[in-house]
Amino acid sequence: MRSDTQNDDQYRTRTLEAYADTFVPGAKRSPDDRAVAGAAAGPGAVAAGALELLEMPATGVADGLDDLVRTLNGHAHTYAAEHGLAIDAPVPPFVALSFADRTAVVRALIAPGHPEKDIWILVALFCFMAFDTAAHMHTVDAIAAGHPGLTAMGFAKPDADGLWRFPDYSYGRQLASLHPDTTPAGDPA
Amino acid sequence: MTSSERTDIVVIGSGFGGAIAAYHLAAGGARVVVLERGPWLSSEEFEHDFMLGSSSTRIFEFVAGEGMSVLGGNCVGGGSVVYFATMPRAPRFIFERRGSIGSRMWPAAITRDTLDPWYDRVVEALPVSKQEWSEVTYPGGLWAAACHHAGHTANPVPVAIDTAKCTNCNWMMAGCRFDAKRSLLQNYLPAAISHGAHIRPMHEVQQLSRTADGNYRVHYSIIDDEDYRVQTGSGTIDAKIVVLAAGAGATPVILQRSEASLGAMPAAVGRYFSGNGERLNTAVLDEDKVRDVLGLSRPGGKAYAANQIGRGPSVACWDRLDASLPEYSRFSLEQLFFPPGLGTILAQAPTAAGPAWFGAEKKEMLRHWSSWLTIFTMSEDDNEGVFGPPPPSGNAMRISQQMLGQSTLRYTPTQNTLRGWAEADAAVKDILERDGLARVMPWTNDVVGAYTVHPLASCRIGDDPATSALDDRHELRNHPGIFVTDGSAVPGALTVNPALTIAALAERAIPGIVRAAQQRGVPVRYGAPSPESAASGGSHVAARQAA
Repeated sequence: MRSDTQNDDQYRTRTLEAYADTFVPGAKRSPDDRAVAGAAAGPGAVAAGALELLEMPATGVADGLDDLVRTLNGHAHTYAAEHGLAIDAPVPPFVALSFADRTAVVRALIAPGHPEKDIWILVALFCFMAFDTAAHMHTVDAIAAGHPGLTAMGFAKPDADGLWRFPDYSYGRQLASLHPDTTPAGDPA
Repeated sequence: MTSSERTDIVVIGSGFGGAIAAYHLAAGGARVVVLERGPWLSSEEFEHDFMLGSSSTRIFEFVAGEGMSVLGGNCVGGGSVVYFATMPRAPRFIFERRGSIGSRMWPAAITRDTLDPWYDRVVEALPVSKQEWSEVTYPGGLWAAACHHAGHTANPVPVAIDTAKCTNCNWMMAGCRFDAKRSLLQNYLPAAISHGAHIRPMHEVQQLSRTADGNYRVHYSIIDDEDYRVQTGSGTIDAKIVVLAAGAGATPVILQRSEASLGAMPAAVGRYFSGNGERLNTAVLDEDKVRDVLGLSRPGGKAYAANQIGRGPSVACWDRLDASLPEYSRFSLEQLFFPPGLGTILAQAPTAAGPAWFGAEKKEMLRHWSSWLTIFTMSEDDNEGVFGPPPPSGNAMRISQQMLGQSTLRYTPTQNTLRGWAEADAAVKDILERDGLARVMPWTNDVVGAYTVHPLASCRIGDDPATSALDDRHELRNHPGIFVTDGSAVPGALTVNPALTIAALAERAIPGIVRAAQQRGVPVRYGAPSPESAASGGSHVAARQAA
């Protein structure tokens, strides 16, 4: 039983990791990493905390993840069959696909008009937010911990009180002519 | 049998349309209750934090419809708390627009000249001020320099910001921690409170009905503080006058839901929605070219690398606000900042061979985030948005605990709208790709449809009952005593940020609302001074009422 549960957890985790990695790809965590395809250098959505974010009750998707994992692997299985690809058990079908094939599966699911588009987009948005905003953490903590997404983007560090201030903010000079029909108050005429 | 609470006037929503009405009516002597679906935060509660559950998700709403997503405020102060405080007047030609109906969209009584005195009132109250070039942010300066280089003019935009207090932190959408943004929490709302108005946060109005004595009954739910999907109670308040100002994404939904009890709504309720013709382009700047071509540099040697620095929009190009151009070809191009998440996900990698908004090439684009410049198009759309049947409660089916929901709005852009967007995209590209300054791509509309931070016109004023839900005094046709004063009353896209126009129209509507209240026996007078004299600044709101 215990082993089955562990297998189920692995199956679920690896599938969700592979989905997140398709949106913001990252480097493999180890040579035998299957879920993260290694399609880009540096940490991606998985290392940034995509699964932690998806599992937060605040997202509203956490309770539906089991169904999504099952559905996504179903789509992957169908895709593999249609393209004559061998699915290499024991990894989940979506994880077994190459990065290019995962991308093809995802593109079909999020294409305008696909009946499941809304939910796949929603999950994708959270995967992105894990990388771009670290929405599962307080931002000051994320910055202090060297969060991979915010770090890669060059997000500035806050002041000691955890607030951002940019005293150097302006080139300080006129850089264009004003529109000739500007009113004295600075409005369009 | 439980009895319903009674008051003179219920105001639904506390953004510009609601706060302005609440102030004048309370100051004039009426008993006023303001029902607001979102929370009431004070300055010290506005956090610099992207974590779900922080102020950035508590006070903000992102509702996806079919073909259009609407972003707006969800808090006491409404849009003014989350907005960028960019406050230009609408250009003169806007009031002459014909749009999709083949005749003038605006009521005959309203022109730029007749609206100017009402604009003046709001400008004094907030206040709104001109920005000097010395106050223009790096992204605004870069946009100005690029426009100049391409032979265009560029203007610092008028703002409701105290630039002396502003730290250029760019956390405006999470609420202003520094009391620099002149939201309604600093002027109209504290002034309304000082005259006895009661503001009730987390009270979401679902529908209106009639009472036996001819008044209106307002039905509300109480929303859980943390999980907005949960309703913890409900109640009703009876009033002689209802001022509906729940925002263009919610006002028509409340009226649709009220149809069963109030009777048929005007045909234009929930139709003619405009997204203000909005569209975004993101450029990735070549820092060397910024230095070499535009001659820009910052202390310390960087040329730009300042995407994160500033306070939303700072400079706009108004060259295409030209009355002689055909309708749908007029637009403003305004530099803008959206925080990561909202501001990054839909941006597309300009040189991508594969998918442009996600994948490896998008990730590489993110690595250059500090060199991004985002340009906001506000154009003339075709009022093509239509709301479907209302959801069971609220304006949308809430998906997440906060922020995310799904609405019944459908928006299929017409060829007119698409042409305007294409012309604006081409103009942005021409300016920013000149001499290799940057590579530019519009945001994708394939993910959440088009998007707007300025929803308008879903319950609009006009002279023709067939195409306007409200008369030119903002009273709902065939339902006397219900007035609508929010962005839904604006007839169509404005080609500029609409908050000042929404506020000016609300100011203009007040004398008519006062007269209607007087006719129903409410002891209220018109003529309160600018609320600035009644408010004592941003800290005022800290003295919140017990709900």
